[in-house]
Amino acid sequence: MTLGPLTRTLLNDRGSQILMVSVLAMTVLIPLCNLAFPEGSALHVSTYMVTLLGKYLCYALLALAVDLIWGYCGILSLGHGAFFALGGYAMGMYLMRQIGDRGVYGDPVLPDFMVFLNWQELPWFWYGFDNFAFAALMIMLVPGVLAFLFGWLAFRSRVTGVYLSIITQALTYALLLAFFRNDMGFGGNNGLTDFKDILGFNIQADGTRAVLFVLSGVALMAGFLICKAIVQSKLGRVLIAVRDSESRTRFLGYRVEHFKLFVFVVSAVLAGIAGALYVPQVGIINPGEFSPVNSIEIIIWVAVGGRGTLYGAVVGALVVNFAKTYFTGAFPELWLFLLGGLFVISTLYLPKGLVGIIGQVRNRLAARSATAQTLKTSE
Amino acid sequence: MQIKHIDQNAILYLNGVSVSFDGFKALNSLSLFLEPGELRAIIGPNGAGKTTMMDVITGKTKPDQGDVIYNGTVDLTRFDEAAIANMGIGRKFQKPTVIESLTVFENLEMALAGGRGVFASLFHRLKADQRQRIEEILLLVDLQDRVGHLAGSLSHGQKQWLEIGMLLIQKPGVLLIDEPAAGMTDIETEKTAVLFKRLAKDHTLVVVEHDMDFIKALACKVTVLHEGSVLAEGSLEQVQNNEKVIEVYLGR
Repeated sequence: MTLGPLTRTLLNDRGSQILMVSVLAMTVLIPLCNLAFPEGSALHVSTYMVTLLGKYLCYALLALAVDLIWGYCGILSLGHGAFFALGGYAMGMYLMRQIGDRGVYGDPVLPDFMVFLNWQELPWFWYGFDNFAFAALMIMLVPGVLAFLFGWLAFRSRVTGVYLSIITQALTYALLLAFFRNDMGFGGNNGLTDFKDILGFNIQADGTRAVLFVLSGVALMAGFLICKAIVQSKLGRVLIAVRDSESRTRFLGYRVEHFKLFVFVVSAVLAGIAGALYVPQVGIINPGEFSPVNSIEIIIWVAVGGRGTLYGAVVGALVVNFAKTYFTGAFPELWLFLLGGLFVISTLYLPKGLVGIIGQVRNRLAARSATAQTLKTSE
Repeated sequence: MQIKHIDQNAILYLNGVSVSFDGFKALNSLSLFLEPGELRAIIGPNGAGKTTMMDVITGKTKPDQGDVIYNGTVDLTRFDEAAIANMGIGRKFQKPTVIESLTVFENLEMALAGGRGVFASLFHRLKADQRQRIEEILLLVDLQDRVGHLAGSLSHGQKQWLEIGMLLIQKPGVLLIDEPAAGMTDIETEKTAVLFKRLAKDHTLVVVEHDMDFIKALACKVTVLHEGSVLAEGSLEQVQNNEKVIEVYLGR
């Protein structure tokens, strides 16, 4: 297998190359610094930091999924948090089953919250989640199938633009309300938590944390390559055509709804995987993840980073979340204003986001030197 | 559904097509007959039904009554836009609608006949003969120097030609062209008329146009629409001397 030409065609721009190298370096170095250097060493990275950064990598994968549909195909989903949360719940259900009789009530099968609700047996939709392979399949299948059904109905009826955004928002809100209910069987407003181990490894252990971090990094890189392969293909150009001029694309003989459905499902599956990697690292999944605000935040990451570039989405997710962690600690009451301000500034002055700044500066310099050149020749 | 007489020679045959929007009759029992390889100009005052006629042919609007027969056998009213486009009816909109953030080459590649499915597109590789076909078209519409430029950076006239190229590359049976000369410079208009006359040998072209100089340059059969049906048909000279046409145009 020749990897050379493959990477050359897939990573054909500087931004993608830099991003892949950076994520790769992070994936290798951070767990290494956590495990190999003792606490107190200048090179030591705390487990807290590993978990925090691992969380960001999951967010970055989620942002990538949103950029694929929004940046390339113009589908502004304001409900993508739903697919993330569903992937997270599927993982959470596996982790709950792993607890076994170590729960507070010591029931070998039923999770604590079911014992608390006086349930006698496991609901049918919890079957199979004690098997990791089954759970892994569900992590992709549940968001994928939901996206397929939702997308099939929405795109076939030609729901576009702001109307589509509103119904995606309604989708995640409906799921939020449903998952809040105790009798849904997903732990109500407490969600799923108190996880003990994953595949037999203690979920709190430094080693497990490091592995989860590496997996998040690998998933991000793999997701990036998949998205890149899609947007580099002719299908990617059809997506851009749909974004720029949907009816033109239709008159060219492309069934626009099929293309939208395809990327929407791919994107939902990626979001589900991101959610599944997120849950063991943060140790909890609750209905709050379905909150419409979360989905809107994803859009902000992508817009701030730079939409329609893929690597911009990753940069945006990392930068905004770093800022969030810092500012919510330093100036908790100002954070939302700063987030709003960031969004306004990037919309008004940075149409191509943070990653577009380099290009903007370069263009300005080029324009300046061109004017200088013309002045010189006219003299 | 009754088709009274189908002429096997017609490439496109509209038979008594009516469309109304909220009681307003946009098309009123319109009949039109096009021969293969014909260049036809359609004129008429605003609201005469020119655009609605195009919408009906391309499947955007379903007629309340009447048939649209393509190639003597296919009733187009039963298909949607994508299916009709794939049957070989190309439509050129009034405003140039090329894909602005793709290059000239990529625009033509998208239009190229062949795999329109999701997975066919995902695994699509451009073959040598397809590349050659794109180059032929580039030459035909005189855009060979702009091949790598973004379509958004082209001039108005160039965008129009690119769009015509995108239609041509699909080897269409019928080309519907809405006001191609609008917004073009005189030189561009002249060039476009020459292009159309050359194309008419291998294609059937229907041109909707306001610009009388342009129609004169096309030197073809003219159909005048008024209130959703055909008012007159013939050479430009015949039509211009027609009493009813003069009344409609001057009485406005």
